[in-house]
Amino acid sequence: MYTSLTNRRSFIKKMAIMSAMTAAATMFPGILFAEEQEKNLPKGGNLDWKKAPCRFCGVGCGVLVGIDNGKAVAVKGDPKSPVNKGLCCVKGYHSVMSIYGKDRLTKPLVKKNGQYVETSMKEALDLIASKMKETISEHGKDAVSIYGSGQWTIPDGYVASKLFKGCIGTNNVEANARLCMASAVTGFLTSFGLDEPMGCYEDIDNADVFVLWGNNMAEMHPVLFSRLLDQRLKRGVKIIDFATRTTRTSMAADKSIIFQPQTDLAVANAICYEIINNGWVNKSFVEKHCSFSKGLTDMGYGLEDKYSFNDKPESIDFEAYKTFLQDYTPEKVEKISGVSAKDIKYLASFYGDPNKKVMSLWCMGMNQHTRGTWINNLVYNIHLLTGKISTPGNSPFSLTGQPSACGTVREVGTLTHKLPHGVVTNEEHRKFAAEIWDVPVENIDPKPSYHTVEMFRALDRGDIKFMWIQVTNPMVTMPKLKRYRDACEKEGRFIVVSDIYPTPTTDIADVILPSAMWIEREGMYGNSERRTQYFEKMIEPSGEAMSDTWQIVEVAKRLGYEKQFYYNEATHIEEIYNEYRRHHEGKKHAMAPLEVLKSQPGAQWPYVDGKSTKWRFNSEYDPACSNGEKFHFYGKPDGKAVIWQRPYEPAPEVPDSDYPFWLCTGRVVEHWHTGSMTRRIPVLHKAMPHAYVELNPEQAKDMQIRTGDKVKLTTRRGEIVLPASVNERGVPERNQVFVPFFDENMLINDVTLDAFCPISKQPDYKKCAVKVEKV
Amino acid sequence: MPIKSYLAHPHDGKKEELVQALSSLKNCEVIPAENKDLLIVVTDTNDKLEDENLKEKIETIKSLKLLAMVSGFDTPKSN
Repeated sequence: MYTSLTNRRSFIKKMAIMSAMTAAATMFPGILFAEEQEKNLPKGGNLDWKKAPCRFCGVGCGVLVGIDNGKAVAVKGDPKSPVNKGLCCVKGYHSVMSIYGKDRLTKPLVKKNGQYVETSMKEALDLIASKMKETISEHGKDAVSIYGSGQWTIPDGYVASKLFKGCIGTNNVEANARLCMASAVTGFLTSFGLDEPMGCYEDIDNADVFVLWGNNMAEMHPVLFSRLLDQRLKRGVKIIDFATRTTRTSMAADKSIIFQPQTDLAVANAICYEIINNGWVNKSFVEKHCSFSKGLTDMGYGLEDKYSFNDKPESIDFEAYKTFLQDYTPEKVEKISGVSAKDIKYLASFYGDPNKKVMSLWCMGMNQHTRGTWINNLVYNIHLLTGKISTPGNSPFSLTGQPSACGTVREVGTLTHKLPHGVVTNEEHRKFAAEIWDVPVENIDPKPSYHTVEMFRALDRGDIKFMWIQVTNPMVTMPKLKRYRDACEKEGRFIVVSDIYPTPTTDIADVILPSAMWIEREGMYGNSERRTQYFEKMIEPSGEAMSDTWQIVEVAKRLGYEKQFYYNEATHIEEIYNEYRRHHEGKKHAMAPLEVLKSQPGAQWPYVDGKSTKWRFNSEYDPACSNGEKFHFYGKPDGKAVIWQRPYEPAPEVPDSDYPFWLCTGRVVEHWHTGSMTRRIPVLHKAMPHAYVELNPEQAKDMQIRTGDKVKLTTRRGEIVLPASVNERGVPERNQVFVPFFDENMLINDVTLDAFCPISKQPDYKKCAVKVEKV
Repeated sequence: MPIKSYLAHPHDGKKEELVQALSSLKNCEVIPAENKDLLIVVTDTNDKLEDENLKEKIETIKSLKLLAMVSGFDTPKSN
């Protein structure tokens, strides 16, 4: 069909307007609520609306999916969901379109003589099982591994952990949440002894001040950010953006404070100094509910293979902590951080004001940090010193990036050291898991094996020979990517990849399994506020696609574990969830029954006596509190939360005369992580078609670089050429550049550094040194 | 032939002033958003240079607090 240029321009113009309206809607409440969305639905349709948690991001919005003749045709926000209250972001609104990309994987593919050949699912699963048996027999159980995802459903992760840890007996189970949430986990565990936020999204409706710690919420958590903006319209709350570059969040905030990379550690300590120096400490809270500790320093950065570190906590008293903070006066920290002493005092004044409720929010800026555990601890310190925690509106809140980073990776425990309840190093925890899994306790190895970076290093060295990758795209997301891509392609490695579309990761696979996506199967996700949400199978999978859960069950049976994988295909999700719930019985982590999850937009654990727990550790709300006090931090043996003495230490690679800029990487609102789904949604792809490098406008002018010019970025790992972006979406500071990582044609991770936090083992994607040249 | 859309944030109380200033520019269309905090601006120019000149003009408007680009398309020339 001929389309005139005039019509095409008119169409493109409409699309440009649509993109802007959609962006406005995600940043500002009141535009794309459910009623408005319904206006755009196909006329005359007979839609059957079914509820589900959104497939993208960790906010966990409730959506209603419109099904027409066996096809998902529309999405609207679920007005009954307390998470999003009917609002949807640009990704959620278009989410069903990601099911129907032209190049969906529909048949298993096996690589033969360098070519992929279609095969049946039965043959592909037989081959995987036989390769696993062969590898275990020749090289031992620790030569096989599975690498999963915060986009795994709860049943996916559960059966993976049961097969590898319980049946095969290897702790080679990791997930991509190691790359995004591990520092949050170790932050919670070291400060409180238990993982995941004490508060919930309802804190947003109660807080007076929001401090965003290195978190571009307007793009990464747009629906929650809309809730903040809504509160500003209704109640005049204050939003402070504390970040290393100016973003859409900074633009919409009441105040933007910029700090030099890595120095958030020093600023957090300076806030604590101010709180103590001005007499703003909540003494009775601290005396009753807090202890003080310090750990080892100068830990290194994990740059070498087989790096290991174990912290040695040591109790200190308040006076020692106070003395330590003398190095962090606002005036001293101004020199390190570039944040004026006045702004540090300004931030501290909100935390110190007993009449202001403060919510701190963070995500990748604090977690992808070579001192990620420390900066998590330090923000908790601020809330603990002032007693602003575990009450409505007073809430340190770690946001997650993926729909089930909490539900699957953190709660099911799909990390090398974890079990669904507890850790592999604890004998009682091993016995407990072994009993439910119906395996001998000796099967569960008491020693953690490889965290994610080290797992890929082990693959490179040849210590691991077999890896099964599900629901994730590490050949785009691993830092220092080239080393790990080369590792996967080495002789004697066998890689299985389960996915829904071809990606750079399926390119390195020996077997590709087509997976059923989201509502093509049944499952559950767990979001950032401890909310578990169920979704039913709404449509048939494409071609021979099979759920990741059932792929693992089928292979487990072929490996001889029929007794443990007794599930019936028609009812396996219910059977698996009921088995999983047994791991979390008790007041501290009880999960809601499946019938509850089916009947409402999720439930928050601990789910006790038919009720979700909104605020943990507060006896008014949390039935697990048992010390007779208002607060009980029962994750620690003494019932107290820990205030940690953690210093500022510089990043492993800082700009110098050869590489004079900081390189920071991240996401954009249009694309979900590596773009493998959202780049197949035309409106999103056209709105954000390729990656770019953001430069500081003044510096770009000095370098005679304008938007669209080619710019070469060189680090000690390699080089990449990208188009420049000047004064567009984000504005970096001088000597800093930002590159989004969604574009598989411009792999920025080829040049990033694989340094990580020694405690959490989470890599830092936000800081390395780079040279910038106009091509 | 670039077509770009932006979110334009006015200074407090200056939204009307900003609408008028933007409306007076050639190749620049203004769409007020339903909420009170921002405008949608679409520019439609003949070439890259004209596009950059227009953007520079927009950025000099005093009632404009911030301009954030949302999408950019480049279409083939019609002649």
